[in-house]
Amino acid sequence: MAEFTLPANSIVKTNGQVFTAPEGATNVRTFKIYRYDPDSGENPRVDSYDIDLDDCGPMVLDAMLKIKNEIDSTLAFRRSCREGICGSCAMNIDGGNGLACTTSIADIEGDVVIYPLPHQPIIKDLVSDLTNFYAQYASIEPWLKSDTPAPPDRERLQSPEDREKLDGAYECIMCACCSTSCPSYWWNPERYLGPAALLASYRWLVDSRDDATGERLDELEDPYKLYRCHTIMNCAQVCPKGLNPAKAIAETKRMMVQRRL
Amino acid sequence: MAQNDPRPLSPHLQHYKLPITALLSISHRITGVINSAGIVLLVLLVASAAGSPDAYGFMGGIANSWFGSFILFGLTLTLYYHLCNGIRHLFWDVGYGFSLESATRSGYLCLGAAAGLSVITWIVAAAS
Repeated sequence: MAEFTLPANSIVKTNGQVFTAPEGATNVRTFKIYRYDPDSGENPRVDSYDIDLDDCGPMVLDAMLKIKNEIDSTLAFRRSCREGICGSCAMNIDGGNGLACTTSIADIEGDVVIYPLPHQPIIKDLVSDLTNFYAQYASIEPWLKSDTPAPPDRERLQSPEDREKLDGAYECIMCACCSTSCPSYWWNPERYLGPAALLASYRWLVDSRDDATGERLDELEDPYKLYRCHTIMNCAQVCPKGLNPAKAIAETKRMMVQRRL
Repeated sequence: MAQNDPRPLSPHLQHYKLPITALLSISHRITGVINSAGIVLLVLLVASAAGSPDAYGFMGGIANSWFGSFILFGLTLTLYYHLCNGIRHLFWDVGYGFSLESATRSGYLCLGAAAGLSVITWIVAAAS
């Protein structure tokens, strides 16, 4: 049964710290950031940081790095490439999931509220434990399975038309924005594979070089793994790469039907 | 997640700003539950007609009161919304309408159609 409320140890307290802006700052925005310190034994809280935007880069990640470098070095979050290709800085910004590095501060009205990816176990602050998410990706066996050995002197060839089928399916950066935005995934995180793993699965299902389509579909033939998608569309709404896992899942469901006809 | 996980669970439903597509999706489920309850009322009305003129008069009186009409109009709305959104799901099932623009537009179309069909139904019912 789905748990709609937070456990007692997860309820966000309102006793957070407040860091005010330096004197003379005129272009100030408040960043309200979810904090959890595993060593304190206390519940998570929200800290408030006033940032002078005239002395800060344009992206949410710029402000977070400014906080960590200049105001409060205890703030923990993941980041790496700062250009939307590594997927590390995925978090809940202004109530929706996205990458901090490609989200512009100017696009957010009012206070910038930053929470971790939803419905995940929190290790510290904005760093969540994605073990389950990665295990689900591994479970769809994301590699080429072919019945024939590759030609000794060249790569496996594919027609331009077949290659085109992979567009929109291969670009996923595994940031977890989609899966952690999905209410179905919130209620059944261990049984429903979630949009990211299912999009990855579809990428191999439609690959003309892969011979394991039948086995892959057999694995997904389950009341939960695939069919918990109810076309809520949160996945497509948040994908920072503009992909549409909901459509890939629907196509997978159609493949299930078509192979029985 | 283990039941005794000392790690806190990050906020989800409490904090997430659900987009229109998600709100319409949960509305589909809620209207489905309301319609199921509404069918019980309909059965009561029909059963009273099969029972006695007095029983039917009593049920009819309730149905024609302002409160009864309010409930019945609500059920008309939820029935039409569930029907229209069900058709939207059929289009999705055959692979159409998945772009964010189409999904959003078809959602508003369902809302509008449900409201329009409900009003038309009541006008026709009042005229007959």
